Amino acid sequence: MKVKVLSRNPDDYLRETKRDIHKVFRNYNPVLHPFEAPREYLRALNATKLDRVFAKPFIASLDGHRDGVCCMCRHRKKLSSIFSGSCDGEIRQWNLTNRQCIRTLQGHTGFVRGLTCSADGNMFISVGDDKTIKHWNTDALSEGRDFPINTLVTKSLYTGVDHHWTEATYATCGQTVDIWNLERAEPIRVYKWGMDSVNSVRFNPVETNLCISTVVDRSIRLYDIRAAVPLNKVTLKLKSNVAVWNPMEAYVFTAANEDHNLYTFDMRKLDAAVNVHTDHTDAVLDVDYSPTGREFVSGSYDRSIRIFPVLSSGKSREVYHTKRMQRVFTVRWSADNRYILSGSDETNIRMWKARASEKLGMVTPREKAATVYNDKLKEKFAYHPQVKRIARHRHVPKSIYQAMKEKRLIKESQRKKEQNVRMHSKHGSVPRVVEKKKHIVTFQE
Amino acid sequence: DPFHGEAPIAMEKMEAYKRGSEYDTKNIRNKNLKRRMKSSEEKYNSAVKRAARYELLLTEEPGFLETEEGEESWSIDQRTIADAADIASANKHFELKLNQFGPYRIDYTRNGRHLLIGGRRGHVAAFDWITKQLTCEMNVMEAVQDVKSLCIGAFSCNLYRFNIELYTNRDVKMQCILSNINSVKLQILFQKYNFAWNSINQHGFLQYTDVSIGNIVSTINTKGGRLNIMCHNPHNAVVLLGHHNGSVTMWTPNQKEPVVKMLCHNTAIRALAVDQCGNYLATSGQDRKMKIYDVRMFKPLHSYQLHTGPSNLCFSQRNLLAATCQNVVQIYKDPCEHPYLTHRLRLPVEDVAFCPYEDVLGVGGSDSFVSLLVPGAGEANYDAFESNPNRSKKQRREWEVKALLEKIQPDMISLDPMVLSKVDHVSMERLRKDKEERMGFVEETAKFEPKHKNKGRSKSGNVEKRKQKVHGATIREQIKEEMKAKREKLLKAEESSLDQIAVVDNQTGDTTEFKNALTRKSALDRFKK
Repeated sequence: MKVKVLSRNPDDYLRETKRDIHKVFRNYNPVLHPFEAPREYLRALNATKLDRVFAKPFIASLDGHRDGVCCMCRHRKKLSSIFSGSCDGEIRQWNLTNRQCIRTLQGHTGFVRGLTCSADGNMFISVGDDKTIKHWNTDALSEGRDFPINTLVTKSLYTGVDHHWTEATYATCGQTVDIWNLERAEPIRVYKWGMDSVNSVRFNPVETNLCISTVVDRSIRLYDIRAAVPLNKVTLKLKSNVAVWNPMEAYVFTAANEDHNLYTFDMRKLDAAVNVHTDHTDAVLDVDYSPTGREFVSGSYDRSIRIFPVLSSGKSREVYHTKRMQRVFTVRWSADNRYILSGSDETNIRMWKARASEKLGMVTPREKAATVYNDKLKEKFAYHPQVKRIARHRHVPKSIYQAMKEKRLIKESQRKKEQNVRMHSKHGSVPRVVEKKKHIVTFQE
Repeated sequence: DPFHGEAPIAMEKMEAYKRGSEYDTKNIRNKNLKRRMKSSEEKYNSAVKRAARYELLLTEEPGFLETEEGEESWSIDQRTIADAADIASANKHFELKLNQFGPYRIDYTRNGRHLLIGGRRGHVAAFDWITKQLTCEMNVMEAVQDVKSLCIGAFSCNLYRFNIELYTNRDVKMQCILSNINSVKLQILFQKYNFAWNSINQHGFLQYTDVSIGNIVSTINTKGGRLNIMCHNPHNAVVLLGHHNGSVTMWTPNQKEPVVKMLCHNTAIRALAVDQCGNYLATSGQDRKMKIYDVRMFKPLHSYQLHTGPSNLCFSQRNLLAATCQNVVQIYKDPCEHPYLTHRLRLPVEDVAFCPYEDVLGVGGSDSFVSLLVPGAGEANYDAFESNPNRSKKQRREWEVKALLEKIQPDMISLDPMVLSKVDHVSMERLRKDKEERMGFVEETAKFEPKHKNKGRSKSGNVEKRKQKVHGATIREQIKEEMKAKREKLLKAEESSLDQIAVVDNQTGDTTEFKNALTRKSALDRFKK
């Protein structure tokens, strides 16, 4: 007879000293892990709940401006440095690491309309209501730090400015779109389309000579600064305030529109929007892409900031608001993809986390692994009603809540009306137009 | 290197780790979805492969008992086994003489470290059975019907004549649950992943209590008469009840009717047990039979005729079945004539339980507790994240918090525990219908629009045309068959009508010619109107 009875040698199973780590033995046999699906589901549910518990997105408020913050720009080479311009013509430079203002400049009389940083990061340009363009040194400790390097006095008012991504060229917009060279006092090229003024201008980060502008005649125009005539344009039902390029897929751009929506377009196919982002309840004033190109942030006149994924249903992933934040004039996503900055009417610049429940500071490998695991579970069970409900729920101020309700009502009644009209008309005479085409008036190739 | 690359893994090993058949991505039209499904399928396959490969790292081998020629394993007694085994294992065979307060009910903790015994006359004790260190001992001064160890903080739970009481491992009474004072509770059952216990009483009520919050989740009138046979399926947490008419019913807390009702014996049921994987159900009845059922198919697999019907049944982690007939404990391995091991006590056996992760069977007798060695009973390699026999205090605390967070809610219990990770077709269909009603029209699926490609057989339009042809062929085939069936039917009808005519003509005399005239076609038929 041969007998073997299970007998575990404690030396193999217990740690030798108290300083050792515990020995953990695994056996992946499914029989030892019953209720796999319900347990995973509960983990996902708990992770989703904790996500909402830890969602504390507001980090800090940068106060110092004496009037509403109307424009902001990032330093193109430094993560921690930003510039902001206010409605009283003051320009401030901020250090985001210690959240302090490091320089105050009296830039313009009247509004500062636009700010942009040069490609090498040595200089930034401001335009204002006093019909001047000013070049400033970005170094806050340089000798002539209180005075501009160069001031250009122009004939007309400018509403925006953007610097080329590689060359020493920048573009301003106003009555016309002017292309400037840093060495010259006169614009090297002037574009004028009709009598309407231009709201914004942005250089493409990849195809660097390509520009996009939003015009008051409700159109969005694409043009190459080497050519005399514009490439193509698309006209929407209402005016767009600003259009920005996706930094990763630079043929995609998003326009912030007065009709409370944002429209994402593929520049190769302007007959339909790639996506329509609806959630704001008032005009959208500014939009900025995350450096990954997957998401963008928008600031609106309804006193809230929303984060949208570029693709997916067109609903926002997140909404940020505080009691004190007023109309948001400008938003920026930080270059490390972790923070969002918003400048609003009540003179503050607010710093938010891009992912509301993310832990700031050092993260241990165990924490990191747990986060990855939880994220995967949340993704797996995202469509379960319980999980979905908790993940989707956001508290919004009463004004926004009422406005959203009203908008929903209006949309529903419009849909019903259209349905009735269609029912009582000749078959095919009232065609169904998809949402992505509905808001486009014309497009020109 | 002649054996380059990864070592091959046997298919049978991989099979054990699979959670269902492979998903066929062939018919997915959405490219993005197809890509995602393919990648998730790849990840799943690699996980299966890695889990199977991990078996190499499992250090322990399960126990065994090999007999020589002419020697029967069931005739080997415990003393021989203990002598042949190593000293550490031999110490696991012991007997406690407890002749004052018996008979004793017993229960092991989930990791197999502690043992809880409760004598009918009020004696309750908990101890580490390997080191024989006593954790607590008391006399509750009441009749103890059953004891169960809860996993949280090694609480014990005792059942008296009228109520259920919870005790900590420091003799402190935690909670007293009086639920139905007029009834005598007969048995309780603790479900480890649900932190819930089930109790049954003589009036046929099954009660489901959540221990972690102390709430009664549901009380079900089983309408099955006096109940005292209960077990649960560890695979899906469904409760099984044995009835006097020989039927076994399965219950979930969210349904007032049994989910399954099966007739297992012609006489009253005496004991029930379900194995770890939830595949087999062992039943015994007054008809002195012990039967093994397949719980997934609800079909009998094997039947034993014994001298008496076993009053206790218990499956071990590696599917050994312990059955007690009066004072004899029999352990069965595979369906065969003879038991694997037997052991005889002086007085009748009250309760048996296999110790998890050990080759040990605990037997609670009328005047003693005996720990028997059963080689090959326990799982050799434990998973420390699931239940760790060697865990420290800190690990235990962390595990308790995790376990409570993952407490399975009563409404998640169903026959198929994997239902939560499956695609919910039913709700999808309902949502679609709701939407259609709300919108007032049926959403059209996008019609195919050919992409503009210049050359080649794979032009998308041509591909679509070919697809349509294949599709059309099947439809044509179908139509052909239908037409054929219709034609045959018509022909039959015609023939029957001819027969009738023939019957009519029988009276006149000449049937055949008339019939022929009707059936035969002449050349002039085509001029007929």
